[in-house]
Amino acid sequence: MEIIRPDININFVGMRFKALFCSGLLTILGVAMMFAHGGLNLGIDFAGGTLIQVRFQESTSPDAIRAALSELGTGQAAIQRVGSAADNEFLIRAEHMTTALQDLSKTVEAALVKTYGEGKVSVRRAEMVGPKVGHDLKQKALFAIYYTLLLITIYISGRFEMKWATSAIMAVIMVSAVLLLQALGLPVIYLIFGALVIALALCWLLKLPYALGAVVALIHDVIITIGVFAIFNKEFTLEVVAAILTLAGYSLNDTIIVYDRIRENVRKYRREDLKKVINDSINQTLSRTILTSGCTMLVVAFLFFLGGSVIHDFAFAMLIGIFVGTYSSIFIASPLLILYHDWTMGRGRGRVAAKSTA
Amino acid sequence: MKDLKWRTILVVLVLVASIIFLLPSINPSLPQKWKKVMPAEKIHLGLDLQGGMHLILEVEAEKAVSSHVNRLSEDLKDTLRKQRLAFRNVERQGDTQISVILTDAAQQGEFKKILDKDFPTLEMQAADTRQDGVLVPLALRDKEAQTIRKQAIAQALETIRNRIDQFGVSEPDIRPEGEDRILIQLPGIQDPQRAIDLIGKTAQLEFKLVAEEVSPREAKDGKAPAGTKVYPMSHLDPATGRSSTDEIVLKDRTLMTGEYITNAQVQIDHQYNNPYVSLEFDSQGARLFERITEENIKKRLAIVLDGTVYSAPVIQDKISGGKATITGSFTMDEARDLAIVLRAGALPAPVKILEQRTVGPSLGQDSINKGFFACVAGTLGIMIFMVIYYRFSGLVACLALLLNIPIILSMLALFKATLTLPGIAGMILTVGMAVDSCVLIFERIREEMRHGKTPRASVDTGYSRATLTILDSNVTTLIAALVLFQFGTGPVRGFAVTLTIGILVSLFTAIIVTRLIFDYLLTRQRIRALSI
Repeated sequence: MEIIRPDININFVGMRFKALFCSGLLTILGVAMMFAHGGLNLGIDFAGGTLIQVRFQESTSPDAIRAALSELGTGQAAIQRVGSAADNEFLIRAEHMTTALQDLSKTVEAALVKTYGEGKVSVRRAEMVGPKVGHDLKQKALFAIYYTLLLITIYISGRFEMKWATSAIMAVIMVSAVLLLQALGLPVIYLIFGALVIALALCWLLKLPYALGAVVALIHDVIITIGVFAIFNKEFTLEVVAAILTLAGYSLNDTIIVYDRIRENVRKYRREDLKKVINDSINQTLSRTILTSGCTMLVVAFLFFLGGSVIHDFAFAMLIGIFVGTYSSIFIASPLLILYHDWTMGRGRGRVAAKSTA
Repeated sequence: MKDLKWRTILVVLVLVASIIFLLPSINPSLPQKWKKVMPAEKIHLGLDLQGGMHLILEVEAEKAVSSHVNRLSEDLKDTLRKQRLAFRNVERQGDTQISVILTDAAQQGEFKKILDKDFPTLEMQAADTRQDGVLVPLALRDKEAQTIRKQAIAQALETIRNRIDQFGVSEPDIRPEGEDRILIQLPGIQDPQRAIDLIGKTAQLEFKLVAEEVSPREAKDGKAPAGTKVYPMSHLDPATGRSSTDEIVLKDRTLMTGEYITNAQVQIDHQYNNPYVSLEFDSQGARLFERITEENIKKRLAIVLDGTVYSAPVIQDKISGGKATITGSFTMDEARDLAIVLRAGALPAPVKILEQRTVGPSLGQDSINKGFFACVAGTLGIMIFMVIYYRFSGLVACLALLLNIPIILSMLALFKATLTLPGIAGMILTVGMAVDSCVLIFERIREEMRHGKTPRASVDTGYSRATLTILDSNVTTLIAALVLFQFGTGPVRGFAVTLTIGILVSLFTAIIVTRLIFDYLLTRQRIRALSI
């Protein structure tokens, strides 16, 4: 059976401007939503606070629960339903944190039992993160993002170009530049920007178009996924960061496959127009790309629907990550090569296709 | 053909090994003889699957320093009295300083001699001659303060470990984290509040004299003489069993602390069936207690625990033999926990909770059930797809896929790694990745066959071309997993470990196992056409 015919020929290259526009739009939308909501919806891991998941015997509503808790002085607690309606489970989230030695679930449970009655309420889990730990976890997440992007970029520079000397130079420069940045003692977020800017600049200067395309695709994936979280105002936790990083790495697979094919075809069909070669390459590998991503998405979809409330957001992050990763491999990564080619052709530095200029 | 045989043996060995490592987790009651030779460890479950409590405590080491300085200032007062050096005041200032006001400026030299001899850890700073004497500020040496802090943290860790040991939780995990934090994981705990009470109780036991002449009202109005203070006191009415809080004035000076306690046991008062705690002191403590009771007959001795007076009996006679009792308003649980805490010792400094996570066992079991259900359903779903799309070869891929989860789980048991809920998600992800590898191989084989090659040649080329791509494409995911392991906390770490193991296992099953099956069919069974 074949879902995608071997001789398929969709004009992906022709769609590249529309695709880039789409991505741009999503990014802007994401940033706008972040401003609208006052930043990302950070989970208690990063923002500190208390999170309690309670199951009720009978159905109730968030307002009723809030009323029951009002005497605790939990302030503006966010209460939302989790799972299906039949579960009667709610997630209570409060800014209130306590370093006092008392079990917070006990106090909340006591307050709820007063209203709902004995045995009608059970606390399934309770989490409290104080400000110190919240700060630490934020740092850890940023460092994780930083090192993942850094290591992957160094790997990309080597893998994609197959010009080992150049990529060795690139790796050395990147590592030393990064060490320099770290020695300056800047906060992590500047390190991330700095490392990415250096990587892009190096790719440009060293004439590594494939590496450049891959790094841009990587950045694109991370930004768009975070943007989607901002748009849907979903909770951004440490696990979500883990999912984003894992899938950023995973979705490079597709990009590697397409780029390998492009490189192969560019060598084979030297006389052809670059745009056609790239388009053909994408179409040839389309079956592989859609199938692998589709299979992984299918499996993760099972987790999303059947996995239960606790893992739900994590599964959502993975789904988005796979989708965005595939999208970028097809519509963003390859057109970037064309853009690079067009840009550098104008300056007589074209390197992607050997003899495309007559 | 030899090659085929070796590869088959390898695969069979791996399978057998994974069954052996998995067995303890599936069947908890294995015969003793088996347990002696074979691995007997169940898979270690994270707290999010097992249920339990996770705590991060911070030891307020500064308070240990300030209470040490407190003790030093008391000792200094005693020494000055003994050496007959007149002083107006000796008082602790801030965390690490003591200010001493000597009445006679001329005695500064002697004062310094005393300091050098008996109090080497205190440093004298610039003296300031005033009208009423000379003010000599003293500061605790930095190094000493550092040592005290470090010791306080180490001792707090030990004390908490002792307390939890006696509490009786199976497989507690207590370890230091960073400089001044303690990580505690208590799987399967039923009563988190009791555990927190037990862990956090400073348990500072002090014996002080009651200031009979002063009433609480006078003390609060400020008419109390120096060296006395108001303390809350809890009363138990033995007949009704009701407890109430009162106030009492004590002489501030601590005569004796709980450090001399060698044993504390719960006993029941047979008259009212109320539990009380009986104490035993070591020989030094016994002597000290004897002296205190001898010097203060007919006076009331207050037993103060963490700043609350539990009882203040009248000393009838001198008590030798080093035994005492604490009666008070205890439930059986409270008495038992108090005995534990007195046996294990006092915390050198208070602790505060920085992070607390509790997962109820029902949610933990739920998560396991739902997680594994999703895993199995996902695997089945993908297997159905593979068979439809690749027909017979799809079946071969399915066989390999089925092996994935058991091998991953057995490797988790082998490496004593922890399985968490994100870890289960990671397993599902690697099932998807294993399928990816199969798809890459099969697509390549299809392409070769489309170009007219024989099944045998297509399979050969397909595998050789695809293997490099597959290995390659997993490197970036492994990089992410490595970084997440380094920077992640519990559940995320579990995810990283499971992901890494899962990728390696999926490489094994997708490349080696499927190849083996194909080769077997092509060479031994000599199939002519390949259904792919």
